[in-house]
Amino acid sequence: MHMSLDFGKLKMTTPGDYISRFVFGGLVTVAATLIANRFGPVIGGLFLAFPGILPPGLTLTEKHAVEKKAQAGESGTRFGRAEASVEAAGASAGSLGLIAFAFAIWKSMLIYPLLPSLSIAFGAWLIVGFSAWWIRKRM
Amino acid sequence: MDLLLRFVIGGSVVSLFSIWGDVLKPKSLGGVFAGAPTIALATILLTAHKEGAHFVAIEGRSMMGGAVAFFAYACVVSFTLMRFKPSALKCASLAMPVWAAVAFAIWAFWLR
Repeated sequence: MHMSLDFGKLKMTTPGDYISRFVFGGLVTVAATLIANRFGPVIGGLFLAFPGILPPGLTLTEKHAVEKKAQAGESGTRFGRAEASVEAAGASAGSLGLIAFAFAIWKSMLIYPLLPSLSIAFGAWLIVGFSAWWIRKRM
Repeated sequence: MDLLLRFVIGGSVVSLFSIWGDVLKPKSLGGVFAGAPTIALATILLTAHKEGAHFVAIEGRSMMGGAVAFFAYACVVSFTLMRFKPSALKCASLAMPVWAAVAFAIWAFWLR
């Protein structure tokens, strides 16, 4: 299984794409805060795992894949949607890591200070998320 | 001021994880970053400072429910895109009630 970094992909992302991601990320974060302030931590906590940034992310993936095929003179609509599907499958592995992150925050926040708790939780996300991806890839 | 700070931190964290997701190959590996705890990382520091550790721990417990719902949502989106090939934006937006239904079912049966 070949893993690599492709920094050329960054050239395909326009300044408008970066701005829309930033604004979307900021808005979802503010919305999650307002919900927690209004309805308390039980409801608010649900929205810490709200997939609000997935739709624009998948749209961008589809757009890039279609552009790539168009450069070769082909219609890339189906290919673009298949690429978005693959990314969503990866997100499902990441969301299993998200469950581990949340469990670690729940159990560690009352025992350890904030930064060690966040480090444990982030480590849990990394290990579970990437392990889930690796296991799924081998199935 | 607090909300503005959260907006900037949230936007920055989401952008950073998105860039990692873009550059990682294969695409499915990059997709793992779409399930990163971006909103939590952006808010927990400020929330812990303002509301205390107990508040954040309760949020963490609920976040488990939201994350299970995220898993169900991502599976539905991935399957639908692969099987029926609708546009990504339409599919991911129209599937959002899956997240809401699973999250609030967990809230009703476990968290409440």
